[in-house]
Formats: sequence, structure tokens, C-alpha cells
Amino acid sequence: MTMTAAQEVPYEESSAGESPWRGVLRRLVRKRLAMISLAVILLIYAGGIFAPLLAPYGYNTQDLDHGLEGPSAEHWLGTDRLGRDMLSRTLYSARTTVVVTTAVVLSGSLLIGNGLGLLAGYKGGWVDAIIMRVGDVFSSLPALVMLILINATLGPRVEDFARWVEDLTGIDGIVSSGFHSYLLVFGALSLFFWVGAARVIRAQVLQLRESDFILAAESLGASSGRVIRSHLLPNVSFLIILSVSATLGGIAGSEIVLTWFGVGVQNAPSFGAMIFDGSGARTFQSHPHLLLVPGAVVTALLFAFNLFGDALNDAVRGR
Amino acid sequence: MGAYVIRRLAWLPFVLLIVSFITFALARFGPGDPVAIAAGQIRDPEVLAQVREQRGLDGSIIEQYGRWLRDAVQGDFGESFIQQGYSVSELIFPRMWVSAQLGFLALVIIFVVGIPLGLLSAKLAGTWADPAIIGSLLFLQAIPVLVLIPPLLWLFALQFNLLPVGGWDGLFDIWWIAGVIAIPIPDPHLYLPLTAFTLPGFVGVARLVRISALEVNTLDYVRTARAKGLSETAVQWRHVFPNSLLPLITVFGLALSGIIEGALFVETLLGIPGIGRFLFEAVTSRDYDVIMATTVIFATAFILANLVAELMYGLVDPRVRLGASRN
Repeated sequence: MTMTAAQEVPYEESSAGESPWRGVLRRLVRKRLAMISLAVILLIYAGGIFAPLLAPYGYNTQDLDHGLEGPSAEHWLGTDRLGRDMLSRTLYSARTTVVVTTAVVLSGSLLIGNGLGLLAGYKGGWVDAIIMRVGDVFSSLPALVMLILINATLGPRVEDFARWVEDLTGIDGIVSSGFHSYLLVFGALSLFFWVGAARVIRAQVLQLRESDFILAAESLGASSGRVIRSHLLPNVSFLIILSVSATLGGIAGSEIVLTWFGVGVQNAPSFGAMIFDGSGARTFQSHPHLLLVPGAVVTALLFAFNLFGDALNDAVRGR
Repeated sequence: MGAYVIRRLAWLPFVLLIVSFITFALARFGPGDPVAIAAGQIRDPEVLAQVREQRGLDGSIIEQYGRWLRDAVQGDFGESFIQQGYSVSELIFPRMWVSAQLGFLALVIIFVVGIPLGLLSAKLAGTWADPAIIGSLLFLQAIPVLVLIPPLLWLFALQFNLLPVGGWDGLFDIWWIAGVIAIPIPDPHLYLPLTAFTLPGFVGVARLVRISALEVNTLDYVRTARAKGLSETAVQWRHVFPNSLLPLITVFGLALSGIIEGALFVETLLGIPGIGRFLFEAVTSRDYDVIMATTVIFATAFILANLVAELMYGLVDPRVRLGASRN
């Protein structure tokens, strides 16, 4: 919604005569490394989104005659300890990454981060003070430690609650599909991934607030909500894209780390769980594919996120 | 400056209060009854009540927290539920010392290696070597520590048998030459954890040094230095180098917080008896008072690291502290 709102506002760059969006796109397309990174990201995300169509086996299907085997014609990336196909598990793990990053970006960076940033910058005064002090507290916490603690302590409670909901409504499979653990991971990550976006947006809004067109809108009687939605939001849309691209790697990495610790998503395939299964020097010695397959995909994804984020940053800043 | 420092320092106890309360509430809210763990096999209600009182687990959560806080500010973090008979402070301080030594060494290495790489990259700007250096450092940063450590262990400990599989044996070994001359050499247990700590950190330092060296190179006083006939070496060492290091203090906090969080994984995977591994064990075994103390210590270290970076930034750039006092 925010994206279309931003695109509908045609504001011209006086010198070039083209919209700033097209300028950014033109500069971005010229960067070869950025395009390669984008292709890697899209490839992994497409793999995740279309996992049910692409995966040769189910992620929990066991082939007990071929446990712990390296790549073969039957299992392209080999099988794990329980005889599950590594390619299928990789695709479904990518699906988890897609779901988690999308949900946290929507709720944490976009909704909470931008909402609070716009509000703090525009309203000022005590609203600004409270929002930014709360942000200061969150950014001074060691996020990873707090995330592990939150998930470890609240995990069993959320599971109990999910079972209670299952009993009450008769809906099945909330716990067995791991849906409750996704919710906890979304919530916990959103708590920690809004501060960056909020700060950047607020700083920009503080400047915009003083401009003539805002004053004009206010004197015409526009409400705060309208000023924020129709006048401020389109003008910070670049920053929103930047802050989102900057947090994607962190969000994906955090989910993997949490699941590695055993407090992330449950009952669903995740790179964190795959990496955990392949850890250990002896395991790596005898079955390197257990670690190398998920490790290579995760490294490629995080590397691509970083490179693309940098290139996007350059493109927006006119380089 | 004085007022600025005081204002920033006043922030520390406030944040610690919030962190400790959140941690306390989470720990109490979690599964498993600590009283039942502490009492072991005994199920006599009278004994349980006694244990409850002894451990400060009676009364409302606010009362419990109040008691914990009162003891904690006096340096008493309670007793471990798992390793009974040991106070948390007794268990925690030797581990903090191990982590601090390791973290400090890693921090030094990140800067000592990162700065020359950044300067080299700036000097080679325009050639293929510049993006190659920065690109490979970026790649190293993208490999998660969790993925990096097992292959390293396999290669150096199992395949070539050069390094121990894990553990900790102090910073230095002493080599005696003829039983008279003592030469301290780094302990072999250090290499793998230091590699895991530092590889992801180089790129932050190197990139910043590179950018600021390129910027400084175009400034007027550097041109003046060249114009008056100074050799290129002298220009680089006397004028470019010192001035391009200034922005580095901004990554100091970032590098340190990276090390503090990295300790959780590096120490756990390599069996180093530091505070990161201690927290991992405490979380998995639900050792309440240990979780409380380690989280508070982690948070303190984290906040102090950011505070130091911010204060140094304010020291160098007056706009930071003036801007802060205007709000």
C-alpha cells in the first residue's frame, strides 16, 4: 500500500526531467554486481515460494534405504541423518526464510518503524520523546541475547496457548505445523527491527515538517493523519526502501540463529536446524554435505543482501 | 562536555533497570518451577515453602524483583540452581575474565589488520585489487560463524592436527630455552576462536578507513603537502593516515558489540569456558539466577561499548554533543 501511494505521486526532478524513481532504477540497473545479487536473492526466494512445486520429495519424507548419503541422481544434494532429501529441505527452509523476512519487514520495519518514525517526527514534543526513548532502550539491548531469552521463556507458553486454541476452536495443526513458533519469532524480531527505520524516517520528517508545502497543507486544514499519509509518506519512501533493504539480512540471520539455538521455528524446516545438524567437526569430516548445502545457500543469501543493499544505497544517493 | 558525559552515563542505570526487570519477568514466566529444581526429590510442602523463602521466590513478582535488585547492587547475584553450593558471582567472574581476554585480543586484531587493508585498498583505488579486497572481506562477513567453525575445526584440528579441537588454556604458553630464557607464545587454543571472532569484523574497519582515506586524499592540505615537495610516503604517513583514522571510533562500538554477541556462538561451539557459553548452558538448563546475572552483564558490556563509542564521537565532533544538548 505504501509503495503504490509513493509511486502515484509524480514529482519531477527539475534537472533531468525524469522521476527520481526512474533515476534510481537506471543507476541500479547499470551496477552489474547489484543485478547479480538481486538475481541470487530472487532465485532463493523463488525456490522458497514455489517449494511445494519444485521439491522432489516432501520435507519430512524419509528414504530409509538412503540415509546420510552424498549427492546422487535420486537425491541431488544428498540425504540427511533421517534419510530426508536435502534439496527438498533446502527449498522448504528457504520458504521459512521468505515467510519470516516478509512478515517481519511488514510488521516491524514498515508498520511499526515507519509509523512511529513519521509520528515522532511530525508530532514532536512528548510523543517524539517517548517513542525515541523507547527506541533508545531497545537499541541499547543486546538484541540476540534478548531474542534467545524471549523465545526460550515464552516458547512453551505460546505452545500451551496454541493447544488451548486448538481445543477451543477445533482447528487442527497449529502446533504440528509450527505456526505458533512462527508467530513468536515474528513478534520478537519485530520488537528489535523497528528502531533503525524509525530513527532515519524521523530525522527526515523533522526537516520536511518545516517546508512550505506542509505548512500549506496544514493551513488548508489537513488533519495530522492526512499530512502524514499524503504529504510526508511519499517524501520518505526512498528511505523506507533503504531501511528495509538494510534490515533484511539481519532478520534472515536472526531467525537462523534462533532456530540453531532450538528456540526459533519448531516443527518446520529451517536453515538454522539444518546447520545445527551438520555442525560438529566429526560430522563435517564424514558428511560435509550436511553443513555445506545450507551453509552455502545462507552465505550466498546474506552476501547478496549486503551487496544489493549497498548498491541500492549508492543508487538512491545519486551514485 | 562534562554535562554531556554525565547525561549519557545517567542513561546506563536506567536501561539496566529495564533490562533486569524484563529478564526477571521473562525468567519467572518461563516453564519449570525453580523451587522444584532446587529442592530435588523432596516434595514435602513445608520444605518447598522453606526453599521458596530461602531463594527469595515468595511474594509477588515486584517483591521478588525488589529483593533481587537489593542484593544485586551489593554484588550478590544469588546461587546457581544447577551447580548447587556455588554463588553466581563465584561462577561468573572467572568466565568473564576468559571472555574479556579473548574479546580484547579480537578487537585489537580487527583494527590492526583492518586498518592496513583499508589503506591498501584506498591506495589501489581504480585498479581491480580495490574491489577484490573489499569484496572478499564482505564475503567473509557474510559467512555465519555457525557455518564457519565446523570446517575450520575439521581442517586444522582433525585433518592436519595442528590445533586443539576446543577448550581454553590461558593466553600464553611459555617456551623455555635451555631452562633459562622464557619466551611467551600464544596458546594454540586461541587461534580458532580469534579467527571466528575477527573474520566478520575486518570489513567494517577496512571500508571506513578506505572511504575516509580517499576523501582526505582530495583535501587542500594534502595537495599543499604534495605541492611543497613532500615525498608520497611522507604525505601518506604524516597527513593522510592520521586524519583518515578519525571516523574509526564510530565502528569501535559496532565491532565490540559484534564480539560480545559472537561470544555466544564461538564459545559454545569451541568449548571455551567464557560467559557466552555460560549463558547458553544457563538458558538450556533454566538456571534462573545465572540467566539473570549473565544477561545483565551482557547488557552492561553492550551498553558501555556503545556509550564509549558515542562519547569518543562527541569528543571528536562537537556537533554531536551540542546537538544532543539542544534536544
